[in-house]
Amino acid sequence: MSRDDDVLVVGAGQAGVQVACLLRDAGHRGAVTLVGEEPVPPYQRPPLSKGFLTGSLGADALALRDQDYWGARDIGLVLGEAVTEVVRGGHGSGRARTDRGRTVAFDRLVLATGATPRRLDVPGGDADGVLTLRTLADAGRLRDRLRAARDVVVVGGGFIGLEVAATAAALGARVVVLEAGSRILGRVVSEATAQHLAAHHHANGVEIRTRARIVEVVTDGGDARAVLTTDGAVRADLVLVGIGAAPRTGLAASLGLRTDGGVVVDEHALASDGTTLAVGDCTVLADPTPWGDGETSVRLESVDHAVEHAATAVRTILGESTPHTAVPWFWSDQGSAKLQIVGLRRPGDVATLRPSGSGRHVVGFHRRGRLVAAEVVGSPAEFMALRTLLGARHPVPVEVFADPEVALRQLAKQARSATVTAR
Amino acid sequence: MPKVFYTQPDGTVVAVAASPGDSVMATAVRNGVSGVVGQCGGSLSCATCHVYVDEAHRDELGTPGEDEDEMLDCTASDREDSSRLSCQLIIGEGDVHVTVPPEQL
Repeated sequence: MSRDDDVLVVGAGQAGVQVACLLRDAGHRGAVTLVGEEPVPPYQRPPLSKGFLTGSLGADALALRDQDYWGARDIGLVLGEAVTEVVRGGHGSGRARTDRGRTVAFDRLVLATGATPRRLDVPGGDADGVLTLRTLADAGRLRDRLRAARDVVVVGGGFIGLEVAATAAALGARVVVLEAGSRILGRVVSEATAQHLAAHHHANGVEIRTRARIVEVVTDGGDARAVLTTDGAVRADLVLVGIGAAPRTGLAASLGLRTDGGVVVDEHALASDGTTLAVGDCTVLADPTPWGDGETSVRLESVDHAVEHAATAVRTILGESTPHTAVPWFWSDQGSAKLQIVGLRRPGDVATLRPSGSGRHVVGFHRRGRLVAAEVVGSPAEFMALRTLLGARHPVPVEVFADPEVALRQLAKQARSATVTAR
Repeated sequence: MPKVFYTQPDGTVVAVAASPGDSVMATAVRNGVSGVVGQCGGSLSCATCHVYVDEAHRDELGTPGEDEDEMLDCTASDREDSSRLSCQLIIGEGDVHVTVPPEQL
């Protein structure tokens, strides 16, 4: 691959934008074209479930780059068009066509197609008052409906669902979360952290019902009126469905690329043909942590992963073959509770609660005696220390982690200077 | 229109026109000023927007809140008296001068 390649990036979310911007930052000389389906300039998604819904942040405040940035960096930004067809040439080159008839030739194709929210597959699940949240347009609809909503039912106790639940409760709605599993955040945090957050939501007036089986969304004139479960009906004038997102792999599949719950990529962000790149939410990759076993595959949906994975793809395009290693991190503001996660937990890891102040919650996960992940609520400084320690591959034995006399910040400082010396 | 002046570790200065009410972090990120990452978008979650604030307007930009203060102890480049997280620096009517540290988390 070379600095003169014309690069086409399909998808103008965080990962796609990052690829385009980093290419120019690194002095890439070829054409860079970024094609996004949405008609609006690239924006940040995390505030869509929080500040944007409450009205404290307007759409303008979400822009990832200023309007004149793209021209100044000579990045071709195509908005409101979907790439529907790609014809391959040799060595990774080809031609893409959009649904509006535009053709873009490329030497190198980058798929940053993201994911799409799963829908509720029950009668009434597609009614007007049943919403999902992924795009700015989704968030606009949700915000408008929230203004008038009194009874909000959130289907799914995952990150998006709980963030919206907290926001809706703060706006004065009566909120019930219906979670199919035995607890909230079942796939993403440990039992201890889930309990801590459930208590937080409860204290803020959000009711959580677990093991909920939804049978139907009862509608009247197209509007939601109630959600019917096997345990009875829950009144609702707004239903937000947050039951995960499916990676958008259609274009990859049409190119014959291997997909398996996402576009399968190697440690250089290369898809199975060895020339097409794929980044961010749409991809599946080997656990990138220093403690990964090389076999476990993960699909990571986070700003951090989008940014870091994009950096790996850009290095590959520029001909520097640095494999993708990272200690992923993630945050979710659920009302006033700031949840932060670093590393990737696996079944069998030993959970240890670190004694911390009221409202704070710090739990670490050890594998073979080594700290490999942590979950923190309400203690961003301690989180940063843990992120630094994990990034520096500092082992932090269980007894050290559990000792409140040990200042993690101090430990992080030592680990950082040790890393600098080691360089 | 106020301007933000970002001095890079190598001494070069980038000046960016800014809007009052925007943060020093967001202004940098939207204009591609290197060295200010702002990965969390300004939700006090990452401390990748650490800057050193010019003495001249430290007072007008206020003092760090509790979380910011603690987080500043954990930045990749050493904390100094002038250290702030630039997502918490809201631009007013006047120009702002900051220096970008050599390293972010």
